[in-house]
Amino acid sequence: MIEEAGYLAMVIALGASLFGAAAAAYGARRGRPEWVESGRRAMLLVWPLISLAALAIIVLLVSGRYDIEYVAHVTSQAMPPYLKITALWGGQAGSLVFWSWLMAAFASAAALRRWDRDAELLPWVIVIALGTLAFFLILVIFVENPFARLWLTADGGQATALFRPEGATALHPSDGQGLNPLLRHPGMIIHPPMLYLGFVSFVVPYAFAMAALIAGRSDDRWIKVTRRWTLVAWLFLSLGLLLGGRWAYDVLGWGGYWGWDPVEIAAFMPWLTGTAFLHSVMVQEKKGMLKHWNMLLIILTYALVIFGTFLTRSGVLSSVHAFAQSAIGPLFFAFIGLTSIASLRMLQLRWGTLRGENQLNSMFSREALFLLNNFLFIIILIVCFLGVIFPLISELFTGQTVTVGPEWYERITGPLWAGLLLLMGVAPLSAYGASSWRSLGRQIWWPAALSSLIPLGLLLSGLRRPAALLGYWLTGLVALVTLYEFWRGAAARHTRHGESLPLALWRLASRSRQRYGGYVIHLGVVLMAIGILGIEMFQRETQGTLARGEQLTLGRYVLVYDGLTQFSTPDGRDISRAEVSVFRDGRPVGRLFPRQDFYVSQNQPMTIPGVRSSLEDDFYVLLVSWEPIAQQGATFKIYENPLVNFVWMGGGVFILGTLVAAWPEREPERRRRAAPSRASMVGA
Amino acid sequence: MKLAGAGLAALLLLVLSASAQAQQEQPSDDEVNAIAKGLYCPVCRNVPLDVCPTLACQQWRETIREKLALGWTQQQIEDYFVAQYGDRVLASPPPSGLNWLVYALPPIAFAAGALILAQAVRSWQRPKAVEGAQPPAANDPYRRRLEEELDRRA
Repeated sequence: MIEEAGYLAMVIALGASLFGAAAAAYGARRGRPEWVESGRRAMLLVWPLISLAALAIIVLLVSGRYDIEYVAHVTSQAMPPYLKITALWGGQAGSLVFWSWLMAAFASAAALRRWDRDAELLPWVIVIALGTLAFFLILVIFVENPFARLWLTADGGQATALFRPEGATALHPSDGQGLNPLLRHPGMIIHPPMLYLGFVSFVVPYAFAMAALIAGRSDDRWIKVTRRWTLVAWLFLSLGLLLGGRWAYDVLGWGGYWGWDPVEIAAFMPWLTGTAFLHSVMVQEKKGMLKHWNMLLIILTYALVIFGTFLTRSGVLSSVHAFAQSAIGPLFFAFIGLTSIASLRMLQLRWGTLRGENQLNSMFSREALFLLNNFLFIIILIVCFLGVIFPLISELFTGQTVTVGPEWYERITGPLWAGLLLLMGVAPLSAYGASSWRSLGRQIWWPAALSSLIPLGLLLSGLRRPAALLGYWLTGLVALVTLYEFWRGAAARHTRHGESLPLALWRLASRSRQRYGGYVIHLGVVLMAIGILGIEMFQRETQGTLARGEQLTLGRYVLVYDGLTQFSTPDGRDISRAEVSVFRDGRPVGRLFPRQDFYVSQNQPMTIPGVRSSLEDDFYVLLVSWEPIAQQGATFKIYENPLVNFVWMGGGVFILGTLVAAWPEREPERRRRAAPSRASMVGA
Repeated sequence: MKLAGAGLAALLLLVLSASAQAQQEQPSDDEVNAIAKGLYCPVCRNVPLDVCPTLACQQWRETIREKLALGWTQQQIEDYFVAQYGDRVLASPPPSGLNWLVYALPPIAFAAGALILAQAVRSWQRPKAVEGAQPPAANDPYRRRLEEELDRRA
């Protein structure tokens, strides 16, 4: 009953999407605004409908309807109720519904905004938003149906379908497989929603950009309208990536947070183009340049968002064969191909209308530096894309697959990240329109000189790695320049308005959100860079098997194995938990409880580290294996991760900066349409 | 007498060295991990061999330990794994055959991108003077007549 209702809701939503898109397109082509209005109303309907479908799935999940294939796949009796709810995005079919639900939310929200100023954009925004939604609904309804039931066929096999196949009887398993243990961590509960929010919200600026192209508008209206959407999309995507890294660090048990895995990179690529886009639209707004480029970037971002959704759900890029196994792969590729070709064709048709309004007068002007920023981000994107598809190419052409590992990525992108850091330090000092290398040089010599004290100090203390020395010099440079910008702005306010420093800073941030929010984000990046350099370059590790009472040494730390307890939990885990004491420089600094959780029904272990965190480093202990019978020996793997907490702190500052930048500014008074002048009234 | 003493010493030396051999340390976990770090799990996707938790990976790490105990070098162990399981166990594609692409394409893309960027920047910098640089209608007959008239009046 519930499953049929949910499925019906999805089907009606698909109907509404297709109708809405068609009506809006028809109304725009024939100049019949009532049809466009009809399309807009259809767009309003989709979110309530899909909410019903999502609710239906949640009810099925929570009430243990294991006769539904999806429920049996991602829940089990032992799971607590809150986890059963989050299982909505625990598997392919459910997460496609979740994606659709988010997309519908944005579409319906877009339908609710005031469209008087942008009436010609509305129909095409409807077409693109509902078109994208329709694609995902088609996937859910026809390919990955979360409402399908399990059946026992007449010949003894098992089938999955919504409606009863000929001669089959319903199966009613008493329990389900349960959610993948890796997904049961708080970080993993919130990471997919954040990531999906980031993906979905990038559809909105794309829709507005395409609408502007189709409607033949060459002005910047679409950028102004979507600037906040874009920032918010970027915020969610960044948050999703940060949370993913934190989850990996907390739970995956290899002492790191980023492995350059294809699935990670799939979510990273739209972030790269999104960041480039955030910078280059500023140039378009300020100087009316880079119009073609911004269109290309947003088209690329949309394609990468769909690609990223596809990659993160299906392990499709693990091998060419896995790709062909489900219909999802070819359908996704067809959709990406069609939309990209259509978008590029549209851009080609309107190419002439997007003439740039200004010239580039100096290679040191801010717009030129933003251009360099974009260039570096695109090269990094190309490198990432190459690394992701090369194993497939290799398999396709030579039959042998290869692994493109972190070392390749780091070696190639390292200098590019350094270049971006350098730009972050130089660009705030440059001016729009013109800057000479002389004027820049005059401003930059002192932060460059001052921050070279850092590598000097590091050299004196024994550090020799040139990459680290360069990296820390750059972070010092960027920090100094950015803080100087704050000081400069606050000092100016103090001189002009007599404001105290804290008040001046506050006013700066609230009057010029984009700029100073951006600077806060840059400071966040600096903190993250400090942490990343620390852990990537100076991580230490050791491993050893200890009997009770024995110890293991790593640098200044000593670990003593105190004991092991084993117990079972009601949610189906067998836990082995070690107790260890940690000493640093001979003094006790705490006790840690690294453990292994063995999920009995999935036959899968999870290694949860015990971590002692400080600003200086993390002491990260993993219980790798143990001798259960004798309780005599346990094997521990220890990592010392210098400065890693700067990564999370920097992430927090980063998000704070994005909030500052995205917070609504006091609206500039909307210019009221001038009342018809008396002269024209008289003439009428 | 001296011969017997030397013989005894030699025997003692032999016995001592034999027992020392028997007590020779097994390669430590750190030594195994140092090699395993550079290899990837032959069956799981994109998981380095030193962190892979599966039973199969544990066995492969033990294989590394055995080889180390036999005195194999890192290169020999890596070659052994490649011979058994293919190129995918290496952390980066070996620079042979098609794999040259993955090392050559990034610098090529960088250079190509830089070229495209330079072209674009040059086109934006074309000085506007070029368009109006022609002396204003020097060949315009009307202008010439005007100048002549003015000259006559002047």
